[in-house]
Amino acid sequence: MKELVGTTGLIFNEPLLWEKGAKGRIGFSLPRRDVDPCPLDDELKGDGPDFPDLSEQDVVRHFTRLSQWNFGVDSGMYPLGSCTMKYNPKTNERQASLPGFAGAHPLLPAELSQGVLKIMFDLEQYLAEITGLPAVTLQPAAGSHGELTGMMIINAYHKAKGETRSKVLIPDTAHGTNPASAALCGFKSILVKSNDQGILSPETISEVMDEDTAGIMVTNPNTLGLFEENIKKVADIVHSKGGLVYGDGANMNAVMGIVNVKKLGVDVLHLNLHKTFSTPHGGGGPGSGPICVTEELERFLPVPRVIEKDGKYELSEDYPESIGKIHAFYGNFGVKLKAYSYILSMGANLKKVSQLAVLSANYIKESLKGVFHLPYDKPCMHECVFTDKNQEANKVSTLDIAKRLMEYGFHPPTIYFPLVVHGALMIEPTETESKEDIDHFIETMKAIADEAKKNPELLLEAPKISKVRRLDEIAAARKPCLCG
Amino acid sequence: MRYLPHTSENIASMLQKVGVKNLDELFSTIPEDCRRKDDLNLPEPMSEWELNDHMNTLAGTMAVSPEYKVFLGAGSYDHYIPEAIKHLLMRSEVYTAYTPYQPEISQGTLQTIYEYQTLITRLLGMEVANASMYDGASGLAEALLMAIRITRRKKVAVSNAIHPLYRRVVQTYFAPTGYEIVEIPYLANGRTDISALDNLEELAAVAVQSPNFFGCIEDLKNIGEKAHSDKKTLFVTCFTEPLAYGLLKSPGSLEADIVCGEGQSLGVPRSFGGPGLGIFASLNKYVRNMPGRLIGQTVDKDGKRGFVLTLATREQHIRREKATSNICSNEGLCATTATMYMASLGGTGFRELAGLNRDKAEYLKGEMKNAGFTISFDSPTFNEFVVESPAGFETTYKKLLKRKIVAGLPLAPYYPELDDHYLFCVTETSSKEDMDALIKEVTS
Repeated sequence: MKELVGTTGLIFNEPLLWEKGAKGRIGFSLPRRDVDPCPLDDELKGDGPDFPDLSEQDVVRHFTRLSQWNFGVDSGMYPLGSCTMKYNPKTNERQASLPGFAGAHPLLPAELSQGVLKIMFDLEQYLAEITGLPAVTLQPAAGSHGELTGMMIINAYHKAKGETRSKVLIPDTAHGTNPASAALCGFKSILVKSNDQGILSPETISEVMDEDTAGIMVTNPNTLGLFEENIKKVADIVHSKGGLVYGDGANMNAVMGIVNVKKLGVDVLHLNLHKTFSTPHGGGGPGSGPICVTEELERFLPVPRVIEKDGKYELSEDYPESIGKIHAFYGNFGVKLKAYSYILSMGANLKKVSQLAVLSANYIKESLKGVFHLPYDKPCMHECVFTDKNQEANKVSTLDIAKRLMEYGFHPPTIYFPLVVHGALMIEPTETESKEDIDHFIETMKAIADEAKKNPELLLEAPKISKVRRLDEIAAARKPCLCG
Repeated sequence: MRYLPHTSENIASMLQKVGVKNLDELFSTIPEDCRRKDDLNLPEPMSEWELNDHMNTLAGTMAVSPEYKVFLGAGSYDHYIPEAIKHLLMRSEVYTAYTPYQPEISQGTLQTIYEYQTLITRLLGMEVANASMYDGASGLAEALLMAIRITRRKKVAVSNAIHPLYRRVVQTYFAPTGYEIVEIPYLANGRTDISALDNLEELAAVAVQSPNFFGCIEDLKNIGEKAHSDKKTLFVTCFTEPLAYGLLKSPGSLEADIVCGEGQSLGVPRSFGGPGLGIFASLNKYVRNMPGRLIGQTVDKDGKRGFVLTLATREQHIRREKATSNICSNEGLCATTATMYMASLGGTGFRELAGLNRDKAEYLKGEMKNAGFTISFDSPTFNEFVVESPAGFETTYKKLLKRKIVAGLPLAPYYPELDDHYLFCVTETSSKEDMDALIKEVTS
């Protein structure tokens, strides 16, 4: 095996912000005072916040040191399943920081904001082309916000028909946010089991779908990394009872240019621009979760919508059946701008993106399938799911495998998800990892499987070389210490 | 393509390992009638340099400072952002990381967000803050839903002086479940008319914004007492300009139960309205009903201090349909930015900057009064205020746009009764010279 990527370097300790500094310091250049002070009633006046006072260098050193305790896509391979941790192009960051975009006030008159309106208008067109669904809103600020918006649209659709439906079908391979999003719209979730092939059976759907059910939320490809082969039949059954099909497009990276989502029978689909369209995840956001809908549902999309008139762009509120607004302004424009840059950089190469993402996942699946237990041995899409079954005898679990991977310089895969598989290890390499890096990951996984047999202590004690070792999460939850 | 490292040799050997002949065969499980037949109809790929030109052109169409003088606030504020923060945010270990699911290699994110939670509680005088929400508006909607969960009541009272776009988001969030929203009017002085609460019963929450949409500082003490005359009712306060709390009493010291708002002011560029930062804080006794992620302090195997995501049993991936919210990704990088910003200013700088904002706004307010505008509301304000314009100002407003001055926000689209009224905002980025130039233009 090649030299380990993971190693120890000089890492600094760094206290909490308020354990540093001295009263009277400042790390900010206060603008010159060119007006007189104006007193404020004592009754309204407070004491000001108790923040530590620090110099500019104090602040820079603090956050530089903290950043070194983190692992990002730029540090190494990050095969976190269902999160599509692909490379985040640097040019996108450059575009978003242009003063014309970064400094733009959201309530500028339309004639003074043509550039951003054009970007939103064009991006909607591109996403419609990529998905096959003709109408798009960019307003949701994240994937789950998109789900919520989509479910609100489904709710509005039934209401407009004078119906109240109380249930939504959710497969056991769905993302955890799905039932929570449905609940916010007042729907009760009905869990639908996938079959022994890891996908939905039309028969199961027939049994539960009725006229009190608003629709189904399907993740396709699903969280086992499998394409829902019966999706069209499932959609037909749901439609025949007057329901709608919600598509969770978090896994769109598998099927760009391959599948027409509208042909699947999907009525509403959300996309995660911070997954498929290369915008960075920022350690927990900001994301962006546009939704794409059929012609029939377009009238319910959030307002305002960008329209074009004689080559000029404007914002229109003139959609009386719209569900309303779900963000104060237009969603995370700064994120959409990066996705727009990505699409312009890639063009029709997006199909290649999906092909290579799927190739890499299948390559890993084939390379590791003798070593780790593969619950569904069939062609996968952009991710593959193994379990820790083969390692059980050595009393080593998925968690230990994940922690040991860190010492080799890899971010672990998604673990213990999806719930339908016990001890899941969900691996999504993405198309931006080279064959050498993927081979290195495969070799490492094999080495860890070997260690599990010969020296399980190495796994159980891992990680030892990280900034901190395994943390006591139970104590953290039992006696929460949420601020200092 | 520079983001795709696979050579044709790589592809050939990988296909062989997988046991398929070509890339198309990888998709054999997708039924024929689900596939698209045509190629993606997208523009030809641009080189990095072509993209730069294209984006420069689009960015060039935008009205931004310093070319334009934009006296707009209304939930999105122009504040100086130190170069040090911009540089720190380029640390790609921070911005290319995912949610910190693996704490041993995510301590940078985790400690930063723990610091964020702490500084936010100190700013707002609250006991606990979450790791962020999408924006101020969705934060308010979630705060009201949280109050409904805690009190098991179905009606909330919302001040009409809360940002009108925030109220619209609340309406959208409430529409599917049918919870009731009662709007409380504002008084001639621009503050919320709390006497309207007299006839209302069984309220889950009373919500006000301070400084409110008109820039007026609300009498939170009085409203809080009134809201709490029913012991079960929660007092929710929101804000669009957190810098105000450098100068004002914190909502926590005035009996607020939940405080939420927009944190864009704290070092986040305006970016045409997003990403922003949904700030959300509450009292310890309600923590298990709070939406969103929380970071907690703990120790590692060797007893060393460390941080983890905690109280996840409230969240969607564990509780599924019984979760306190469906939120998953939040605005982590914006919370990181805000932490850097609050640390850069410190307590001393934050107060000074807040004072400067108010003083500059007061200067322009005085000058506009002298120029023949009426100050619509006489309540104290922070860095925004409403004026009623003299007759014919609409024409002047349009003329000023051509002269690269955006002279406030016309309020008629939001409040039809406030025809000829404009909301002005002044921050530390407006110099006395800029304000004098504006006055000269409006009087000429």
